[in-house]
Amino acid sequence: MKCSRKWLNEFVDLPISEVGDRAFAEAMSVSGSKVESTDDLSLTMKNVKVGRVVSIERHPDSDHMWVCQVDIGDRTVQICTGAQNVRQGDLVPTALDGSLLPGGIEIKAKPLRGVESDGMLCSFKELGATQHDFPYAIENGILILQGDYKPGDDMAVKMGLDDHVVDFEITPNRPDCLCMIGLAREAAVTFGKELKLHEPVVEAKAEGNIADTAKIIIEDADLCPRYTARMVKNVKIAPSPEWMKERIRNAGMRPINNIVDITNYVMMEYGQPMHAFDFACVGDGEIHVRRAREGEFIRTLDGTERNLTTDMLCICDTEKPVAVAGVMGGENSEIVGDTAMVLFESACFNGPSVRRTATALGMRTDASSRFEKGLDAQNTLKAVERACELIELLGAGEVVPGVIDVVPNPIKETTVLLEPDKINALLGTEIDASTMKKILTDLGFTFDGDLIHVPSWRGDVEHYSDIAEEVARFYGYNEIPTKFTGAISTCGGFTPMQQCERRIGEVLRSLGLDEIITYSFISPSYYDKIRMPADSPLRDSLKILNPLGEDTSIMRTTVLPSMLEILTRNYNFRNKAAFLYEIGKIYLKRDDGLADEPKIVSIGMFGPDMDFFKLKGIVETAVSLITGKEMRFAAEQENPSYHPGRCARVYVGDECVGVFGQIHPMVASNYGVDTELYCAELSFDVLFANRRELPVYRPLPKFPTVSRDIAVVCSKDIPVGDLVSCIMKNGGSFLKGCSVFDVYTGHHIADGLKSVAFSLTMRADDRTMTDVDADSTVKSALSALKASYNAVMR
Amino acid sequence: MGMKEMMEKLREASIRAILESEDVDSLEALRVKYLGKKGELTGILRQMGRLSAEERPVMGQFANKLREDIEKAIDARREVLAAALMENKLRAEAVDVTLPATDTRLGHKHPMYNVLDQIKDIFIGMGFEILDGNEVELADYNFTKLNIEDSHPSREWTDTFYFTEDSKILLRTQTSPMQVHAMETKSLPIRMIAPGRVYRKDEVDATHSPMFHQIEGMVIDKGVTMADLKATLNLVVEKIYGEGTVTRFRPHHFPFTEPSAELDIRCHKCGGKGCPTCKGEGWIEVLGCGMVHPKVLAGCGIDPDVYSGWAFGMGLERLAMGEYKISDLRLIFENDERFLEQF
Repeated sequence: MKCSRKWLNEFVDLPISEVGDRAFAEAMSVSGSKVESTDDLSLTMKNVKVGRVVSIERHPDSDHMWVCQVDIGDRTVQICTGAQNVRQGDLVPTALDGSLLPGGIEIKAKPLRGVESDGMLCSFKELGATQHDFPYAIENGILILQGDYKPGDDMAVKMGLDDHVVDFEITPNRPDCLCMIGLAREAAVTFGKELKLHEPVVEAKAEGNIADTAKIIIEDADLCPRYTARMVKNVKIAPSPEWMKERIRNAGMRPINNIVDITNYVMMEYGQPMHAFDFACVGDGEIHVRRAREGEFIRTLDGTERNLTTDMLCICDTEKPVAVAGVMGGENSEIVGDTAMVLFESACFNGPSVRRTATALGMRTDASSRFEKGLDAQNTLKAVERACELIELLGAGEVVPGVIDVVPNPIKETTVLLEPDKINALLGTEIDASTMKKILTDLGFTFDGDLIHVPSWRGDVEHYSDIAEEVARFYGYNEIPTKFTGAISTCGGFTPMQQCERRIGEVLRSLGLDEIITYSFISPSYYDKIRMPADSPLRDSLKILNPLGEDTSIMRTTVLPSMLEILTRNYNFRNKAAFLYEIGKIYLKRDDGLADEPKIVSIGMFGPDMDFFKLKGIVETAVSLITGKEMRFAAEQENPSYHPGRCARVYVGDECVGVFGQIHPMVASNYGVDTELYCAELSFDVLFANRRELPVYRPLPKFPTVSRDIAVVCSKDIPVGDLVSCIMKNGGSFLKGCSVFDVYTGHHIADGLKSVAFSLTMRADDRTMTDVDADSTVKSALSALKASYNAVMR
Repeated sequence: MGMKEMMEKLREASIRAILESEDVDSLEALRVKYLGKKGELTGILRQMGRLSAEERPVMGQFANKLREDIEKAIDARREVLAAALMENKLRAEAVDVTLPATDTRLGHKHPMYNVLDQIKDIFIGMGFEILDGNEVELADYNFTKLNIEDSHPSREWTDTFYFTEDSKILLRTQTSPMQVHAMETKSLPIRMIAPGRVYRKDEVDATHSPMFHQIEGMVIDKGVTMADLKATLNLVVEKIYGEGTVTRFRPHHFPFTEPSAELDIRCHKCGGKGCPTCKGEGWIEVLGCGMVHPKVLAGCGIDPDVYSGWAFGMGLERLAMGEYKISDLRLIFENDERFLEQF
C-alpha cells in the first residue's frame, strides 16, 4: 500500500519537515503498520523550472535547431532545441544546467553546434509523465504548458513531486488500512494527533430520482451483503484536475479521465473499490447481482474474453453479465467518450469468493485484492457519496437525487467486554483502564460502560485478546516489560530417541561421511530407475494431488532414489568422491490416510578407493558403536537395486537392520553414472531398539593371551562368516577371538575349493594357559569345521 | 716431581683429552688409558709405597678424587657425544613437512543442522523439550484448530499440497500443528520446541523451495505473559546473534496468536542506518510470535482462564543462510560435496 505523505497530511497534521522519514517509518512500524520503504519523489526531478520563451530564432549553423531566450523568473537563459513546436511566449519546462530528470538523466550546459545552451526544453515523456497527465500536449514535441504556471515555478512541485511516498506492508487482517483514511487513523493514534475526517456533501441538483430509472436486485445475498449505487447524468468526460492526477500518480496508479479517476481516488481514500457503468449499456436499467449461469462469458475491460463458472459472482443486466463482481468490469458497459449516464457501484462482496474468482480468471486487480480480505459493509454509502461529491466538485456531471442501497440481511455489530485485568494478565503489564479506553476511543471504538462497540471497519476484532493487541500496539510492544514469569518447572533435554539419532550422526561423521538433506517427495518414475519390482508394495506411495511437478509428486517410500540423485549430482559436478549420509524419513501409507514416517539411515558413497568392504567397514563400525551387539551379515541376492553378488543384509540378533552394497550397474546407468556407487539403508527404529545400554566395566585380563593360526580347505561356496561362527561356537571357553587373515584359491588348491586361514586368540581367565589347553581348543575348532563344513586342515 | 704434581698433571692432560675426544670409541680408549688396570693413574698409585704413613691417606684421597673427576668428565663427554649422535641421526631423518598428510577425513554436519543444533541446545538449557512430528497431517491440525478459517487463502490448492480431494489430508505447511499436538497430548506445563520439515507450493528459486524447515516453540503455564515471551525470545536472539543484539517487537498478524508480533533485530551490518542487507530498513525480521490465542487453548481442552501461553515460529533456512552468508537457498538442498565440506 503506497501512501503519499502530502495527502496523509490532509487527515493528520504530520508535515515531513517535522516528522522525517525514519521517525515516521519507525513509529508506524512499531504500532503495527510496517513500513517497507520510503521514496522521496523530489529526488527524481531537480532544477527543472517553468520558463517563458522570450525570443526564438534559427540556429546559425543548423537548419532544424532553434535558439531560445527563456525567462525562468530570476534570469534569462539561452537554450537550443531541435523541437519544432515552440513559439515565442510559450511556457515550457526548462531543465537547467545540473538538473536531474526521472530515470537518473543529468542535464548539463554545453554548446550545441557552437551555440551555448544552458540546458534543455522538455517533452512530457522526459518529465516521466504520460499523455493522460498533459492531455493537451503533443507527444513528439516540447510540453507547452497550459494553466496555472508562471516563469520560475519548480516543475517538480507543479507535478506534485514534492512528496514522500511510503510503502506499507499491511497484514491481511487489516484491509481497513489499505486506504488513506485507515492509515491516517493509525498515524493519528501513533503520533497522538487529531484525525480530521471530512463528511461528503452531495447537492444532487439533477431532476428525477435514481429509483425512477434503475433497479438493483441481489439474487445471491450470501456473496453480496450490500450494494449501494448512485446515478450521474450529463456526464462530461474530461481530464481530472492536476491535484487529483498528482495524488493518483503518487499512489502508484495512472490518471485516465475524470470518471475513472474518481473511482480510483475514492478507492484510495476510503478503501472502497467502486465501479462506474455506462448506464445506457445496462439492459432494462436493471442490475442483478447473481452467480454466473452455465456457459456465460464476458469480455472484460482488458479486452480478454473470459468464460465464467457458476460459482463466480457477476453484476448482470436482465440478460448478460456486465462485470465480474469485485474483480473487473465488462467492455460492454465501459465508460467511453460519449457516455452520458453513469451508475456508480459501491458494494460489498464476499472476500473468499472474489479471491477464488480472481484466481480462477487469472486477474488479480486493485479492487479484487481489497475485496478478498473482506471489506467493511458500512463503508459503501460514504464512498459513493464521496464519489458524487467529487463529480460535482469537478463539474463532471449532474448527480441524480436518491441512493439505492440494498442490504439483504442486517449487518451485525460486534461487541466485546473491556476486561483490563485479563488484558494485563496476558500482557504482563499494569495498564489502567482509562489508558485502555483512551487508546480504543482514539481508534474509533465506542463504549457503553464496559461494553466495547467495535467499529464496523475492524472485522478483525472480536475477542478480549484482540482488544489486548490494540492496547498493546499503542501502549507500545517495546514498553511491555521484559520479565521472566517465574521459576521454570520443566526439565529440558533430548529423549533417548533424539540422543540416539544425534549419536548416529556423530558416528557417521567421524567415519568421514557428510550430512545431506534431500526432498521428501520424488517422482513415481524413480521406482523404475532403481528397478523396484512392479508388484512391490513400496510402490503404493502417498500421492500429492496438486504437485508442483512430476518430480515432486509422491512421498518417498525409500530413501534410495534421493541418495542416488545426490550421488549422481556430485558425480556430474566431477567431484572425485562423495561420502554422504542422511537420516531421513520415508512415508508409508496408513489405513487412516495419514502416514507412518519411520527414519532411515541412508548412506551413499563413490570414489577412487571404494569397494564393498570399505562400505562394510563403515556399516559395521556404525552398527557396532550404536548397538554394541553381535552382528551378522548375510548375502542378499534378491534386491534388484543392488549388485546381486555384492550386497548384504546386516542383522543384530534376529532383527534385520538393513541392506547395503554396491548399486546395481544397471541402476547406476539409469542415473547416467559409470562408476561404482555404494549405498546402505538402515532402519533407525531397529538401531534404536537395539541401542547400546550403559556399558558395564569388565575387569582387564590378568593372564596372557595365546594365539594360534590354523588354515583349512573347504568348498568355495561356504561363507567365511559361517566358518568363523562355527569356530567361535565350538572352540570352548578359552577361545576369545577368531579373525580371518587369508583366503586363497589357486595353485595347490583344487578347483572348487578355497583355503582360509584363521588366527585364534585364547586365554584362561584364572590362570596362565598351557600348550595342552591351546591344543585342545584348536582341535575342537578343527573337528567342528570338519563335521559341519567338511573343512579339513591344510 | 712429587706424586701430587704427577696427579695434577694427569688431571690436566686427561680432562683435556676427554673434552677433545670426538666419538664414543675414543672416549672408551681414554678411559682405559687413564683409569684402566694398566692405566696411568694406576701407574702413579704404584708409587704409594714410597710415601710416609702421614702422606699416604692424603694422597689416597687425592687419587680417589682424581679418579672420580675423570670418570665424571668421561660420562659428561659421553652424554654430549650421544646427544650429538642422536641429533645427526634425527637430522638425517627429517621429512618435508609441507608434503600432504596421510588421508584422514571427518565428515561434516549439514550447515543448516549445525544451526538447528545450536538452537536446540539454547532451548534445552531453558527447560524446553524437543518434539518431533509427522509431516503428513490433517487439515484440522494444520489449520482448523489453529483458528485458521475455512476460507483462508493458505488453504487453497494453489498454496498447500493435498493428498485427498476433500482437502482433509495434506503436507503440513507449518510446524504450528505441533502446538496442537503438544497441547492435546502433553501434561501441563509445556515448554517445547518442534523443528521440522514443512511444505508449500512454491517453485524453486534463490529464496524459495517447496520444502523447507521451521522451528516452532511454545510455552503453556499458569501466569505466562507477553513480558515472559519478550524476556525469553530476547535471550534466545542474543544467544544466536551475539550479546548486545538490539531487538524490537512489532505488531503482526497470525490467526493462532493474539496479540501477535514479529521480532526484528537491528541490522548488524549497518547498525540500523539502512543498507542492502536490511533492505534499507535498519532492521532484520527474525521470527513471528505471540500469545497463544485463547480460542486455540480452549479448542485443545486447556482453560484459557487458568492457563496462558506464548508461541513462536522461525524459518531455519534463512537463519542458516544469514549465519553462513549463503546466497542461494538451492545450495542447501543441492548437497554438493564442495559445499558441504565447508562447514
